[in-house]
Amino acid sequence: MTKKMLWLQSGGCGGCSMSLLGAESPGLMASLKAADIELLLHPALSEASGADFLALLQAIVDGRQDLDILCLEGAVMCGPNGTGRFHMLSGSGQSMMQWIAALSSRAAHVVAVGSCAAFGGITRGGGNAVEACGLQYDEAEPGGLLGAGFRDSSNLPVINIAGCPTHPNWVTETLMQLAAGDLGPADLDSLGRPRSYADHLVHHGCPRNEFYEYKASAMHHSQLGCLMENLGCVGTQAHADCNIRLWNGEGSCLRGGYACIDCTAPGFEEPGRVFTETPKVAGIPVGLPTDMPKAWFVALASLSKAATPKRLKDNAAADHVVTPPSRSVKGKHIK
Amino acid sequence: MTSGSKTRRVIGPFNRVEGDLEVKIDIDGDRVADAWVTSPLYRGFEHMLVGKDPRDALVYAPRICGICSVSQSVAAATALRRAQGIRMAPNGELVTSLVLACENIADHLTHFYLFFMPDFAREVYARRPWFADTERRFKAVSGSAAQQFLPARAQFLHLMGMLAGKWPHSLALQPGGTTRAVEAGEKPRLLSLLFGLRTFLETQLFGAPLEDIVAMSTAPEISRYADTATNADFRHFLMLADDLKLEQIGRAANRFMSYGAYEMEGQHQFQPGVWRNGVQALDSDAIREDISHSWLNGGDTPLHPSTGVTQPSPDSENGYTWCKAPRLGGKVVEVGALARQLVDGQPLIQNLVMESGGNVRNRVVARLIEVARLLPLMEQWVKDVQAGEPFCFEAAVPESGSGAGMVEAARGSLGHWLDIRNGRIHNYQIVAPTTWNFSPRDADEQPGALEQALVGAPVMKGETDPVSVQHIVRSFDPCMVCTVH
Repeated sequence: MTKKMLWLQSGGCGGCSMSLLGAESPGLMASLKAADIELLLHPALSEASGADFLALLQAIVDGRQDLDILCLEGAVMCGPNGTGRFHMLSGSGQSMMQWIAALSSRAAHVVAVGSCAAFGGITRGGGNAVEACGLQYDEAEPGGLLGAGFRDSSNLPVINIAGCPTHPNWVTETLMQLAAGDLGPADLDSLGRPRSYADHLVHHGCPRNEFYEYKASAMHHSQLGCLMENLGCVGTQAHADCNIRLWNGEGSCLRGGYACIDCTAPGFEEPGRVFTETPKVAGIPVGLPTDMPKAWFVALASLSKAATPKRLKDNAAADHVVTPPSRSVKGKHIK
Repeated sequence: MTSGSKTRRVIGPFNRVEGDLEVKIDIDGDRVADAWVTSPLYRGFEHMLVGKDPRDALVYAPRICGICSVSQSVAAATALRRAQGIRMAPNGELVTSLVLACENIADHLTHFYLFFMPDFAREVYARRPWFADTERRFKAVSGSAAQQFLPARAQFLHLMGMLAGKWPHSLALQPGGTTRAVEAGEKPRLLSLLFGLRTFLETQLFGAPLEDIVAMSTAPEISRYADTATNADFRHFLMLADDLKLEQIGRAANRFMSYGAYEMEGQHQFQPGVWRNGVQALDSDAIREDISHSWLNGGDTPLHPSTGVTQPSPDSENGYTWCKAPRLGGKVVEVGALARQLVDGQPLIQNLVMESGGNVRNRVVARLIEVARLLPLMEQWVKDVQAGEPFCFEAAVPESGSGAGMVEAARGSLGHWLDIRNGRIHNYQIVAPTTWNFSPRDADEQPGALEQALVGAPVMKGETDPVSVQHIVRSFDPCMVCTVH
């Protein structure tokens, strides 16, 4: 049966929608059709404006219109002083916070699209003077607008498709699973993120892995070496499949030459250090790869550093390949 | 609400604009007599940035806006570069321009296909002779144009994947250049992506070679084009514009400003300036932000953004929006593609503005002309990249210093003003394009550009949300998330 979906935006930048429009293989419209999802309203796509828009929201709140999936993009704006006045839904005289709460209680499933809607995200940066929070989390703290105990009609918590922005296919594929009734509590990780992408690390499939193995590091932006030692990259700890499922056809942050900043994690917006510089103690990076004992890492790193091939050493500090791999034909080295 | 013969209406939310927007209008008979524009969302980026390492602005700034993310990055990187007193690697300038132009073109086309044209497929036009064709082609969600445009857009954005890692929200745009070097063997791939979009533009949008579109310089030439290029979407728009007299609605201050776009080796590809019956030099020291009608505190004297203050005050007397009212020498200016092309001296746009000023039709024409001008420039920029030469220069962040990053986003002039003290951000102020266009009244009670443009808009019998208001609002391609940030 066709599932009806409503997409709202609040304290965010709209970037997850802009990203979503770039869905490929197939495109967004075909993906929604494939999922048998009917858009009741999406702010970047639908015709309805003004009175029609508000009438639709009211009909859902009153129970006259079914709502299967509610997607929120952007944080819930609770300030100032819990009033929600930092975002009054235009034309309605009510805070968006109130609308979101009312609509969530009517929706069969509630989806937070992007790290703002999931955890507060960038919008809660800098001391969070605007009192932004996520639907079911305030940073890593369960709660948020709907409360830690919130469960939807099929016993799911808010589905947190975290990311800043989200990859279009994280969204389309999660919606397809949800619409088909194939998404259960076990398909979400402990932060409510779909495990389809959150069970991977950004490190997986990183084209700089050979540099990583030998600790051949980039010193400056635009160089080819590993970005972990000096330039702030936390791809070895960040949960996402960005280097397996590429962005805009062929990209990822690391492929673009800059650090992974762990944008799918709660609190990524305040890392407590400069984003693009690796903090070190006695020359050793502070943040180590997930699941790796520190002593092992240090021992392996010094071993591999000692064994770094010249090619990797040269290329790591260059912005293009200056020493190509040696060539051999049938096992014979060729100059 | 009715006072005298006037009826007041509150219109909103607006779909197909980026972010939330509310407009109050007074209707007198069959015309809009007065308008007030409200930006209802406050996020507080300027506050967020204070006390941070200046490099962190490169992470926060793009996230001001999901649709002009790269423009925000370029403004932030430029402000920091000025404070550092360095220059960009020449290749970095080329790649920055390529990435910025890619966003600009994608935004213009997203506006045309997804945001603007669907309003002509509304029921209210059901009796126009062109309605059936327009509905088939441009109806929101189901129209054939969006089905063709979205894949073309997605493929074009592969350029972002290659040069900026991803879009939106890249960290590839650094003060000294870009983080992703291009090797000689990668140029064909970039040129193929550009060719892919050129094909879409020449077959679907213009029905003619880009060079022919750019060569048109007068209104009669564009009319001749409209008569011949059958099945082209631009022609479709010109036909609608003619029938609905879109050149007669949405006139604003007719004073235009551009900061200048695509700066390389100290030269702008599109020149900076101000237009008022001719081009004048831009004096950016004359910018002030008035907050007399904003929900903000900060004194009675409008401040230059280099020393600007942003302090929310939701109960401010006379306040009706979170948006400030920027003025240039005390005057309202309009920004956007129309301003940019006009100030740059693009002949067709100058001709159209001399004839009918800034209006709904001319704003849309200017965007599409800009697209036709930009793609060939991008092809040249790819060829100009010197593989093997540097893409990014490095420099330390100064202990103290200041810098302005004044760039052009798709929607117009975007400025970031950065003040560094003790190695940290002491003050950060942002004036976005829609802050200019959708500003409220100032202390002299001068309405902002959209507020002026709405006056005189026709209201048909029985309309709750007048469609003319929809056209005028969207003709500016507003970005509300940027407006207040």
